[in-house]
Amino acid sequence: MRISVNFDLCKSNAVCMDAAPTVFEVRDDGYLYVLQEEPGEELRAEVEAAAATCPTQAITVEG
Amino acid sequence: MDSIAVVGASLAGLRAVETLRRLGFAGRLTLIGAEAHLPYDRPPLSKELLSGEWDRDRVVLRRAPYDELDLELLLGFRATALDVATRTVTLHDGRTVAADGIVLATGAAPRTLPGLPTLDGIVTLRTLDDCMVLRGAMERGARICVIGAGFIGAEVAATARSRGLDVTVLEALDAPMVRGVGTRIGASFAALHRANGVDLRTGVRVEAVEGDGRVERVRLAGGDVVACDVLLVAVGAAPSTGWLEGSGLTLDDGVVCDETLLAAPGVVAAGDIARWPNPTFGGESMRIEHWTNAAEQGMHAATRLLAEDGAAPAFATVPFVWSDQFGVKIQSAGRFSAADRMEVVHGSIDEHRFVAIFERHGRVSGVLGCSEPRRVMQYRRLIGAGTPFAEALTAVE
Ligand SMILES: Cc1cc2nc3c(=O)[nH]c(=O)nc-3n(C[C@H](O)[C@H](O)[C@H](O)COP(=O)(O)OP(=O)(O)OC[C@H]3O[C@@H](n4cnc5c(N)ncnc54)[C@H](O)[C@@H]3O)c2cc1C
Ligand code: SF4
Repeated sequence: MRISVNFDLCKSNAVCMDAAPTVFEVRDDGYLYVLQEEPGEELRAEVEAAAATCPTQAITVEG
Repeated sequence: MDSIAVVGASLAGLRAVETLRRLGFAGRLTLIGAEAHLPYDRPPLSKELLSGEWDRDRVVLRRAPYDELDLELLLGFRATALDVATRTVTLHDGRTVAADGIVLATGAAPRTLPGLPTLDGIVTLRTLDDCMVLRGAMERGARICVIGAGFIGAEVAATARSRGLDVTVLEALDAPMVRGVGTRIGASFAALHRANGVDLRTGVRVEAVEGDGRVERVRLAGGDVVACDVLLVAVGAAPSTGWLEGSGLTLDDGVVCDETLLAAPGVVAAGDIARWPNPTFGGESMRIEHWTNAAEQGMHAATRLLAEDGAAPAFATVPFVWSDQFGVKIQSAGRFSAADRMEVVHGSIDEHRFVAIFERHGRVSGVLGCSEPRRVMQYRRLIGAGTPFAEALTAVE
């Protein structure tokens, strides 16, 4: 599973960070950081939930 | 389960059909929606689309192709009845759709004010078409009057100011967004709006709306008169359950579901329409009109429909909402009211950059932040975990 974030769409509202805190982090500089671009399968449900609840559809999950 | 019909083709309905396919449901899947448009996103209707920053093709809710979902898509079809026993949906043209599973996702629609006259220029804001009407008026330089300073009224006022338009907001309570943020923080938003040129009048009562064919003015108790070209009525929304009257489902300000979002055997509900006991808050009966909830419940409802009855998980959540006004990112999560103890744990309310948390029964029950997304989300997790308030005060750096 590979995660990509379209930073032109992302609004740094950190909804993904709630769904998958070990994968996404919004820091005090106001930017989103992807902590693991290829997380393990055990995180699939969290990552899918992050992608489905991102208000700007900035997250794509492949594979 | 061989066939599923989803009624309501917006956020909750779309996330439900996407999840059904992701979980491997290969049967007939019908998505029924009253609007002619493919599912689109509502938050930009009071923000980027209304301001003109975005074009209308940018508000689609799904960028991936629809073919992959293999849907029977019935757009422009209004459901008029549901027979729960046979799980049959009747559409406005008389045709019927029967299925083994039904997802109810018809959302909510604006409330109106009793006694309003029928005049051109009196509008509400819920749909893409509503937005384009209001945007057209704004492009022509209309003077806007808004009744109701809830989130949507406040956002429209901010958008009108970003276009340099005159805007007056009339609110019966003492501050804007009081239901969402309480009076102390509401007062800081009142100041923000006034500093940006919104003519915000709180504690007022509308006595009459007048005009000759078209709205011209609003008369307030006490004699003040507000002249306007467009009057936006933004006094909240009510769940779209009219078509379910007589279906046998329990309706009580929403479709009443169990903790798994099941409303009847084979029938689930999701989004603005659904009322359910939320285990995160001791089973308090809730109906939530926020974006994230509709997305989460759409996914959960799909999972529920495919689960064995005994094995279905409850839907537990900490409600979350955001709003953007004058460059301030307002976010709140959980439950709180003006009556609860509040502590500002970061920043300052009057500088519109802060985090405040709320206490109920000794635990942190709510958080409200301005332009502090990371901390708000960390508190959202602490709320979900039932963290004691004393511990929460210092838990987030
Ligand atoms: C202007 C605006 C701004 C918003 N901004 C924010 C925000 O900033 N943050 C936030 O968290 N939330 C925001 N929201 C709320 C959020 O958009 C809603 O919570 C969300 O759209 C709910 O999704 P839903 O699918 O449950 O219902 P809806 O989006 O209401 O969709 C229901 C759909 O069902 C259709 N329908 C209704 N009756 C029938 C019928 N009988 N037959 C067939 N179809 C039917 C409707 O036409 C509609 O398309 C905003 C809402 C609006 C209107
Ligand atoms: S949820 Fe989406 S918009 Fe928000 S921070 Fe994550 S990727 Fe960005």
